[in-house]
Amino acid sequence: MFADFGFGVLVITFLLSLYGISAALIGHFKKKQAWVESARLSMLLTFPLLTLGALTLIYLLVTNDFTVKFVYDVISFDMPLYLKITALWGGQSGSLLFWSWLMAAFATAVTLRKWDRDREFLPWVVIVSCVTIAFFLGLNIFFENPFAHFWVSVSGEIFPATFQPANARLVTLDEIGNGTGLNPLLRHPGMIIHPPMLYLGFVAFVIPFAFALAALVTGRTDDRWIRLTRRWTLIAWLFLSLGLVLGGRWAYDVLGWGGYWGWDPVEIAAFMPWLTGTAFLHSVMIQEKRGMLKHWNMILIILTYALVIFGTFLTRSGVLSSVHAFAQSAIGPSFFIFIGVTFVISVALLIYRWAELKSEGQMQSMFSREALFLLNNLLFMGILVVCFWGVISPLISELLTNQKVTVGPPYYERAAGPLFGALLLLMGIAPLSAWGHTTLKNLAAQSNLQLEKRYALAIARLLWKPAVPALLVLIGLFASGIRDIYALIGLTLAALTTSITAYEFWRAARARSRAQQENFFVALWRLAGRNRRRYGGYTIHLGVVLMALGIIGIEMFQTQTQKSMAVGENIQISGYTLRYDSLAQFPSEDGRQVTRAVLSVFDKNGALLGELHPRYDVYPSGEPMTIPGVRSTLADDLYVVLVNWEGVSEQTTPFKIYHNPLVNWLWLGAFVFIFGTLIAAWPDEERETIPAQARSTQAAFQPGD
Amino acid sequence: MKKLFSILLFVTLFAAAWTSKAAAQDPQPPSDDDVNRVARQLFCPVCENTPLDVCPTEACRQWRALIREKLAAGWSDEQIKQYFVEQYGARVLSEPPRQGWYWAFYLIPVVLLLLGVYILYRAFTSMRQPLSESAQVEAAPESPAAVETQGQQDYLRRVEEELKKRN
Amino acid sequence: MSESTVAPRRGMPVWIQVLVWVGLLALLGLVAFGLRRAQQGTVQPGDTIPDFTLTLFDGYQYAGKSEVKFSELRGKVVVINFWASWCKPCEQEAAELETAWRDYQDDERVVFLGIDYTDTPTPALGYLTKFEITYPNSPDLGSRVSQLFRIKGVPETYFVDPDGKLSYVQVGPFASAAEIHSIIDPLLKP
Repeated sequence: MFADFGFGVLVITFLLSLYGISAALIGHFKKKQAWVESARLSMLLTFPLLTLGALTLIYLLVTNDFTVKFVYDVISFDMPLYLKITALWGGQSGSLLFWSWLMAAFATAVTLRKWDRDREFLPWVVIVSCVTIAFFLGLNIFFENPFAHFWVSVSGEIFPATFQPANARLVTLDEIGNGTGLNPLLRHPGMIIHPPMLYLGFVAFVIPFAFALAALVTGRTDDRWIRLTRRWTLIAWLFLSLGLVLGGRWAYDVLGWGGYWGWDPVEIAAFMPWLTGTAFLHSVMIQEKRGMLKHWNMILIILTYALVIFGTFLTRSGVLSSVHAFAQSAIGPSFFIFIGVTFVISVALLIYRWAELKSEGQMQSMFSREALFLLNNLLFMGILVVCFWGVISPLISELLTNQKVTVGPPYYERAAGPLFGALLLLMGIAPLSAWGHTTLKNLAAQSNLQLEKRYALAIARLLWKPAVPALLVLIGLFASGIRDIYALIGLTLAALTTSITAYEFWRAARARSRAQQENFFVALWRLAGRNRRRYGGYTIHLGVVLMALGIIGIEMFQTQTQKSMAVGENIQISGYTLRYDSLAQFPSEDGRQVTRAVLSVFDKNGALLGELHPRYDVYPSGEPMTIPGVRSTLADDLYVVLVNWEGVSEQTTPFKIYHNPLVNWLWLGAFVFIFGTLIAAWPDEERETIPAQARSTQAAFQPGD
Repeated sequence: MKKLFSILLFVTLFAAAWTSKAAAQDPQPPSDDDVNRVARQLFCPVCENTPLDVCPTEACRQWRALIREKLAAGWSDEQIKQYFVEQYGARVLSEPPRQGWYWAFYLIPVVLLLLGVYILYRAFTSMRQPLSESAQVEAAPESPAAVETQGQQDYLRRVEEELKKRN
Repeated sequence: MSESTVAPRRGMPVWIQVLVWVGLLALLGLVAFGLRRAQQGTVQPGDTIPDFTLTLFDGYQYAGKSEVKFSELRGKVVVINFWASWCKPCEQEAAELETAWRDYQDDERVVFLGIDYTDTPTPALGYLTKFEITYPNSPDLGSRVSQLFRIKGVPETYFVDPDGKLSYVQVGPFASAAEIHSIIDPLLKP
């Protein structure tokens, strides 16, 4: 019985993580290294064990074992193999197991690092990770068992249970028939990678949090924990970003409303840890370089972990109604208790160690890096406040007035939009702060102005060259007839950020190529290799600017029109003409009933550009799925939806057409973004080989990092 | 942000044009685009968090038909929205209405943001004070300006080092 | 803040600590409330229903008036059915409900009320005509009544005993008029 084996594995892993917690506690308080080592080894085992558990469930899925309730709920015979595997995270209980499995992967990985210099952290890292794993496994074991069987009672009733109830027998495959199958919306390639990426991002943030708590408990509150977790944080952040972008892409391809982000509570729940995580990535640099912001970094990493757990809770407990939410479930109360306990312990520890986390450095100037990074953090926190408030205020309204309210896109766009714009500007002037001082030196000699004014002057001097292209862009946009003030500001900011960043790359690479007699590109490459974090960071900024371009395009210039057309009729949108050619209905191989329209697209001059095939599929279960026809270019997307819910007939077929300018840059920017993160996170051999003694001195300052 | 603005502007202009047009000539049947323009601003309780213009349920289809009916009768967008609020409650709007209790909804994020700005300001000023007090207690009293210059020279030295390395 | 900076090793000022804890508890309280809301479902038998007033559809009257006040129905068995014209299961039970109503029509002790949830006038009136529904029906103005009952969907039917207490909740459609009888009759016993 494979299912029982799987359940057994879950229970063993659960007990093992409980043992790991106890052993680590004993080891810490009795100062016995052997116990700590035993705890480490038990955490090391979680991943192999859970791999066994997850593989068992995958085996049950692939072999269509419908006597298992979870398999019955998410699989049907006609589903292709890859969907059967990915159905592992297609339902509540399976995705909880998947969550624990990924968490265990990171936990096991962290046990394998060299702990020689950080022995005192080890028990607490084990405790935090194992508590998290044990909690999620506990949910699986006590409430949402993915291995629960169907049983038949004496009266012939079929019901699910983990253990064989009295007087009941196991259901046979014939009695159960075919499974329900996966929700059609989830049958998309985007669904294969979107949740794992998001979960990976979520669980990977547990590691930096574990180190932070270890630092708080042990009182080793220098920046050691930050150095140790720097790469973990970057990786977590990369996965989370990927998860968000893929989610957007999936929504764009599948949901058929012409957008990629709907400010749905569950989307925001995944976005909030990203916000605090991004703020954390920036502000830790200040702590590493200048020994400041120690409190703040602790707060940020605790917030990030809290938001990860809180977001998972919101999605899975039914507290918020959302298109993404899992079906209602019994895990709510225990999840709530877990959240309460983690919040209270983290806050208590933070207050307890508050005095020891004192700042060592001091602020240089309003225009220093530190100041810019603080401003950046303020903006991220601002967006977080906007998001958090939007998510919880319907609950508050219900509590106080017994009236439900909707908090929709207009609120978020109005409140967060200016903050995003300010971030864009900040990204633009970020490279300035690194070289403002060299020019300042010359300036300082010839003027006896106030420090702030000197900086301002210096920045103005440096800004004018990159500002020229931005100004040209602005003039060009204005000349091309764009009068929208927000769009002009947004696009000019994007241009400014790009030109400043490119200018910084060019300036530094040219300096190096002259000094080292290197080819310019070689110099650029070596430069980036020398200071990965800085140039990786700038590359990420460039990616974000490209993404901003796409977002500005679709948010501000999207046009849409809807029309019921007969075959042969035309519809115009933004200079394109679409002709409705034909409609066909046919069954697909896997039993779907497909309705597919053909439209020809013509440009302004009447030249044929191609065909679009919007369609909708009706699954055997009766669930419809709308698949837009999209013509995607760098300039714009033409996105056609067959509006099947308004009634489709031979004579008139309703089409909804969106013109989404620039949206492709959103996805292209994401690639640049990933590339930048990889540069920044790439293992740095040079640094790893520095002898341990030298490290602490090196910590004082790394030029331009 | 901007979208709302343009929608409002568009809506007012359009409403003005529409009412005069409706009065002047035979009411033209409202187009799908007119219906969607109103529907986009409404949320149906049956499919929460999905704007009415893209919601595929039967209930929402009926709502859109109602919007079409009202538009054909010459109602303005605002009138229609108001009608929906009366019929189905404030939750049909994409934001809480600006009245009574709900003002708190709009004010609290602003207050929190201002608080953030204040904290940041405090952080700036306190961090720019001579290093942490404990370290400064025994040090000879220095004027803040002197410390600033010293710190600045420090920074310049580092930048020069960096440039040397780079070259 | 500024006065506490004098201390060489400053912990977090007490007032901030208090603020943090209060904020945290408030947040947890709010989430607990939301969780309870999500889990408790509709109003349950035994609960007292707060008062509400219905403005009936054109052509419907109760006791000669076009308005019904719930508190004035005390002493009667009240059957409150939530429905919508877009709801297929509602159509299944519409005829059964009407049949049951006609059985009790002349019984002073029983009232049927239909409440139309999230619906538009034209299809709603069409639905009422199609199923020849004669018991008092009203739209749910502002979705207020459905929020009082915390309904999870349509159809849902609530049976209130003569004391104004909820005695039975039917989620989903009725299969037969007899089923409705079997719930009402025990409530009529003196």
